[in-house]
Amino acid sequence: MRDEVIRRARGGVAALVLVGLVVAPWVVDEYTTAILARTLALALVGVSVALLTGVAGMPTLGQTAPYAAGAYACAVVGSRISDVGVVQLVVAAGAGALLAALTVPLVVHARGVIVLMITLAIGELVVIILGRWRSVTGGTDGLAGIPAVRPFWGLPPLASDQARYLYALVVVATLVGAVLVLLRTRAGLVLRAGRDDEARLRASGHRVALHLTGAHIAAGAIAGAAGSLLVVAQQYISPADFGFDTSALLLLGVVIGGTASVGGALVGAALVIAVRDWLFGVLPGHAPLVLGALFVATVYLLPTGVNRARGRLRPPSAPAHQPDPPVAQDQATVAELHR
Amino acid sequence: MTGLLEAQDVRVRYGSLAALDGVDLCIHDGQRHALIGPNGAGKTTLLNVLGGSTKPQRGTVRFDGRDVGRLGPAARARRGINRIHQRPAVFPTLTATENVVVAALPRVISRRGWWPGGRRRAAQHQAGPLLDQMGLTAVAAEPAGHLAHGQRRQLEIAMALAGRPRLLLLDEPAAGLSAIEVGRLVELLQALPRAVAVLLVEHRLDLVYALSDTVTVLRDGRTLAAGTPDEIRTSPLVRQAYAEGVA
Repeated sequence: MRDEVIRRARGGVAALVLVGLVVAPWVVDEYTTAILARTLALALVGVSVALLTGVAGMPTLGQTAPYAAGAYACAVVGSRISDVGVVQLVVAAGAGALLAALTVPLVVHARGVIVLMITLAIGELVVIILGRWRSVTGGTDGLAGIPAVRPFWGLPPLASDQARYLYALVVVATLVGAVLVLLRTRAGLVLRAGRDDEARLRASGHRVALHLTGAHIAAGAIAGAAGSLLVVAQQYISPADFGFDTSALLLLGVVIGGTASVGGALVGAALVIAVRDWLFGVLPGHAPLVLGALFVATVYLLPTGVNRARGRLRPPSAPAHQPDPPVAQDQATVAELHR
Repeated sequence: MTGLLEAQDVRVRYGSLAALDGVDLCIHDGQRHALIGPNGAGKTTLLNVLGGSTKPQRGTVRFDGRDVGRLGPAARARRGINRIHQRPAVFPTLTATENVVVAALPRVISRRGWWPGGRRRAAQHQAGPLLDQMGLTAVAAEPAGHLAHGQRRQLEIAMALAGRPRLLLLDEPAAGLSAIEVGRLVELLQALPRAVAVLLVEHRLDLVYALSDTVTVLRDGRTLAAGTPDEIRTSPLVRQAYAEGVA
């Protein structure tokens, strides 16, 4: 009953947030709308981080790599081949998935902190390559003047910040819906089981590496798609958009939101980016301090994240985990044998 | 006569210690085989070798006529070797039903397996009766981490059966259970389908005698004796080994 009330309350809040996001461009100014569009792109990368960190149990600092691959692929296609959004989105997702697939051998067999270090290295390597491959990426100057996207063939280009924001919102809502459906399938169930106890999953006959490979590539595709939204929102990209600070902020946002929750990842990533970008104007130079305080407060007060805060309210009659009693000793056996 | 599972000349060393020193074991279809011995005899190591989590330095393991020595736990589980661990191994954040569904998925039979969600639905259909058989229907929607120790043991048995095993490796299944829970466990294990062979490692000899038709005794990594429960019960060699092992 209590769970049902909480579930309905969460559904109501989600519906209100969605309505708020839809009407936002008519309420706030153009600058804020542009920031919101960029925040949506980063929140989608946050979803891919949550998919890997919270659902598959592979903490990552390297989702900026497929994010960057998707963004640059979209920028190149947008500048030279096609301004159609669907084409750019598919190419960006494909580029993100391809980069993720190439790094599978490095990532899926490692665990814990080692995954963090490897993914961090991959992210940094991609940023270095972007800075040096001037003929394609424009080097540290980046790519500017990317034409405005048209969602489908025959539609006009999205000329205003408002239109670009709504395009990003539709894409994010669609992809988040797809992720939520995926998590309810067999693959989602097996990933959650592997996060709980990988050895047990293997003992049941599951090919754990195969499932993790699928999750890694899917998360790469989502991050790649997010990259195309960044291009749509900014019409300009440079390696600075994909540095370590972005990776760290994304992981921070996902931890604040609750690693095992897609909704939490969205809220957490959006919160962190909002604090960074809005406080930049309100409290110049103090945004990192506020973010640090926010992170420490979350870890101490809501260790399972904002979205899972209700776990803290669980009554004592339902403990989080029942301990195993001690295992019986050998001494009883002699008496049994002599009986 | 060839057995369902045949292990020959299995040797495992940890440094200078020989955990298993040339052990042979043969289990036939549907057989209830128990493995006993004092602490450090090599029982759990042998179970690890048969389950695929420990690779022996020497020896062969054949299952259903095929060499499975190079296969890991997952590949052996897909061939029908399932294991129940000394401490119940369940997925704590998944519900009891989800635990059984996950365990059933690798070997689930479904005519609509190619259809999206077909295999999961088929696994879901298997989970209900298994949870009912284990007396867990009332807690089917509870996260496994919230269940009591005895319930988790029953859930693990349901998970093992969901994998449609041909051989069940039981590592001290009564460990940590109350007397009532042990009675329930014996009933459940006695009710296992005869098509499932069982290899039981257990310290409680009353359970061994109640559940097995063949007993192998290990001591210091070697086979000390093998025979029916009555033969083992009356063997002076075995009594002496236990007395020395505990002293």
